[in-house]
Amino acid sequence: MENKDFKMLNIDGTKYKTLIPEKYENRKVWEQPDKRILKSFIPGTILKLFVTEGQKVKEGQRILILEAMKVQNRILAPITGTVKSINVEVGEKIPKNKLLIEFE
Amino acid sequence: MSLKRKTLELLKRREQVQQGGGEQAIKKQAAMGKMTARERILALLDKDSFHEYDLFVEHEARDFDMDKKILHGDGVIIGTGTIFGAPVCIYAQDFTVAGGSLGLMHARKITKIMDHAMKLKVPIIGINDSGGARIQEGVNSLAGYGEIFYRNTLASGVIPQISVILGPCAGGAVYSPALTDFVFVVDNISKMFITGPEVIKTVLGEEISMEDLGGARVHSEITGNAHFFAMSELECFEQIKKLISYIPWNNLRKAKAFKSKEPKKTLKIGEIIPSDPKQPYDVRDVIKSIVDDSDFFEIMENWAGNVVIGFGRIAGDTIGFVANQPLVLAGVLDVDSSDKAARFIRYCNAFNIPLVTLVDLPGYLPGVDQEHAGVIRHGAKMLYAYSEATVPKITVILRKAYGGGYIAMNSRHLHADFVFAWPGAEIAVMGPEGAANIIFRKEILEAEDPEKMRKQKVKEYKEKFANPYVAAAKGYIDSVIEPEETRKLLIHAIQLSSEKVEDRPKKKHGIPPF
Repeated sequence: MENKDFKMLNIDGTKYKTLIPEKYENRKVWEQPDKRILKSFIPGTILKLFVTEGQKVKEGQRILILEAMKVQNRILAPITGTVKSINVEVGEKIPKNKLLIEFE
Repeated sequence: MSLKRKTLELLKRREQVQQGGGEQAIKKQAAMGKMTARERILALLDKDSFHEYDLFVEHEARDFDMDKKILHGDGVIIGTGTIFGAPVCIYAQDFTVAGGSLGLMHARKITKIMDHAMKLKVPIIGINDSGGARIQEGVNSLAGYGEIFYRNTLASGVIPQISVILGPCAGGAVYSPALTDFVFVVDNISKMFITGPEVIKTVLGEEISMEDLGGARVHSEITGNAHFFAMSELECFEQIKKLISYIPWNNLRKAKAFKSKEPKKTLKIGEIIPSDPKQPYDVRDVIKSIVDDSDFFEIMENWAGNVVIGFGRIAGDTIGFVANQPLVLAGVLDVDSSDKAARFIRYCNAFNIPLVTLVDLPGYLPGVDQEHAGVIRHGAKMLYAYSEATVPKITVILRKAYGGGYIAMNSRHLHADFVFAWPGAEIAVMGPEGAANIIFRKEILEAEDPEKMRKQKVKEYKEKFANPYVAAAKGYIDSVIEPEETRKLLIHAIQLSSEKVEDRPKKKHGIPPF
């Protein structure tokens, strides 16, 4: 019992000495959803970009085309606002969950 | 032709069909580290007990040149036999015959042996090793799966159903094991998933191996779809045999009683649990110090380890154990552990196995992930399962029993038959730290030294409420007992309730929070 990798777990204000399983350690930590940040939902290639930095956009406006598995996905503006930064170029191959565009 | 010659012909025919997919295919099977379907059945059942049915069944498919193909036994072996003398029905898909693919006659053989098991009221064991639906037979394959699922559902809670995954089991095929009581997997051999790596790659661009997606370890450690994990097929068969020894043939019987054996003397039941409720220990040691021969057969050992479930015997009778495990995640209840325990409680109730619940938990696991994963619904399964159960229900509160977790762990309030508590038990609405912070919030805030005041109030609360006597005074627990008396009292409680009958309102079925 002494040699185990014990950690402390707080339940209702009391800290218990216990083992923490991998599944719990690897759980997804919750983040406040932020509509100003546009990430890729699938790996693929940026086929077209319709906006430039500083441009004003309306919610639902076409922003870019992300080609993945031969499907051309139209990515739309999540909010009405301004394009703060563009982090990809046309022709660029991107992984999943990459930050594409920030709005403000 | 004389009968003797006809008999010789029978033997010849038998030998031919029993070759399955032929020498090449058998070699391939061995190269994958797998036994053949026939070898598996013979290894699992008692020697010379296997009787095969439908050996000479042939498929009737005509499309895609299937009429020119002979598939021995249509890729599945069915029959009856015994395990430690107990009768079982069994089927094993034969991967050497068309990849064990499921066509109409293949499915008919399986449903025939399932119907047989239901009529005879004996367990059914299914060994799965199949590439899936036989595409050439089209919608007939789908019909076959559906007929199997239907029978799995009707048999549920009537006869024990055991699934053994010894190869691929993908797509719709996985739903038969999922509907059964116990799923056995073997390292590097078992593979289960709804959509395979190919589809996932095409649709989502995510690359993953079959092993990482749905291998034996994944289902024993991450998904909770498998109940028993083994390193080899032979070890897996030993596990199945052991399980069969603990369970009854059907829901009208009780499990076979064995001769009573004292637990091993090496475990001192009074010395396992630290008195400080914040300190961990292995609750399995407590179980081992109670059960016959200290032999505890754990189920789902590698998943949701914060609750321990499994079978042991007390004075020869099979008992289902549910115990919080302070060693893992402080023994909290959460989505997975509630799911694990609730299903086991329902299994024991369906098959007349008394339940012994050992309690030592701080409550439910806090967290956004838990709330968003539906811990309300999953946690409710425990309340449902215990309340619904009419088998003898005995609870021993070992140490802490706080809040909603106390209610869920087969408390008096869910109509436990016997509730015992050890002298170190703390039955309270929450842990002393949390409770003092709420009740004495004002005093603590206004004190000159808030930390000192907080500590003092925690101490006061502990002295007053962190014991078994408040609950005992209200009759919520029947008796406070010495740890050393536990086995004796459990034997007493189980014997006393051997004729227990508890009626429930008549209904088609309840609506548990699935």
